[in-house]
Amino acid sequence: MEAGELLERFEAFVASEGKIESDSWMPDAYRKTLVRQISQHAHSEIIGMQPEGNWLTRAPSLRRKAILLAKVQDEAGHGLYLYAAAETLGTSRDEMVDALLDGTAKYSSIFNYPTPTWADIGAIGWLVDGAAIMNQVPLCRCSYGPYARAMKRVCKEESFHQRQGFDILVTLCRGSDAQRAMAQDALDRWWWPSLMMFGPHDGDSPHSATSMRWRIKRFSNDELRQRFVDVTVPQAHFLGLRIPDDELVYDDTTGHWKFGEPDWDEFQRVLAGDGPCNAERIERRTRAHVDGAWVREAAEAYAAKHVAAPAA
Amino acid sequence: MLWEVFVRARGGLHHAHVGSIHASDAELAMENARDVFTRRGEAASLWVVPSTAIVASDPADADVLFEPAMDKEFRHPTYYEVPDGVTNL
Repeated sequence: MEAGELLERFEAFVASEGKIESDSWMPDAYRKTLVRQISQHAHSEIIGMQPEGNWLTRAPSLRRKAILLAKVQDEAGHGLYLYAAAETLGTSRDEMVDALLDGTAKYSSIFNYPTPTWADIGAIGWLVDGAAIMNQVPLCRCSYGPYARAMKRVCKEESFHQRQGFDILVTLCRGSDAQRAMAQDALDRWWWPSLMMFGPHDGDSPHSATSMRWRIKRFSNDELRQRFVDVTVPQAHFLGLRIPDDELVYDDTTGHWKFGEPDWDEFQRVLAGDGPCNAERIERRTRAHVDGAWVREAAEAYAAKHVAAPAA
Repeated sequence: MLWEVFVRARGGLHHAHVGSIHASDAELAMENARDVFTRRGEAASLWVVPSTAIVASDPADADVLFEPAMDKEFRHPTYYEVPDGVTNL
């Protein structure tokens, strides 16, 4: 079959909600787009362990510590689901890890912000995981089967993450003035970066249209951002916290919250590597990778020995 | 030799184990699996894997492997009380 005809059939198949598998024919651009998106998603899960890991030894109670440990463990697991899903497209784990460590691959810019207080752990669960869930639920219907199936597991497991974050903030907001102030400070710092998680405006997102046509994406960046604001503002009001946006106002006619403009220069800066913690995150991941080299080598050596001398 | 048979019921779903089949090679295993397991339109795709390629956990180890997950209710969303009046969480 000719390339043109293959492409035509592919387009028609995904348009009719057909699912692509690793052994299906797919255009190079589809494969490349998915490898980039899935590996960056995996990197985000792995780097995302760091801001929260920062509080593992300092959680305010054994209960909170066990919960946080379980959450960080989940992020590691999600990274592994996603790396494996990307590997079904023919890329290798080594290539992906190298791209993360040498800076060619990106990860979500949100993880380049610091977590100086315990309230940040609440804000990450509530806002960052809330925004992630908003982005990820539609990915469970992505046209690429291995990604969609990985996302189903991720979403199912992630459902506790947002609640535990909100639970931390409810507790702080019912506490002392100092605890409420700490919660407000965390919201002030995490609100705008959370809105940036949905990516640039639709007009500034050149690949969005193709991803929508290929059924990788289901909703536009701006649609998802609006949905996030609409569900999150009432939750902030319940907590008695103020969203740090002077332009935030409920629009009776549309039933949506109008909100101000995120600082897109900051978004580009952090994405380009100049955020508060970019260097620290990559330095730490590199160190963990280098320090773990002997484990990988030992596993390979052990496996090779057993292939050479199979059990009787 | 024995082969393990996995069926994908519909496009997009994972393959699930449905049983085993006897066949002398991979090609015949595929044909036999098709005849035996998919006579009623159960499949969008089939996998056959030599039974000897399956690495299985020992049922005697089940407690050691899986019991430690049982007392961690905080991994489930229902563990957290959502206050009245809060929605979309």
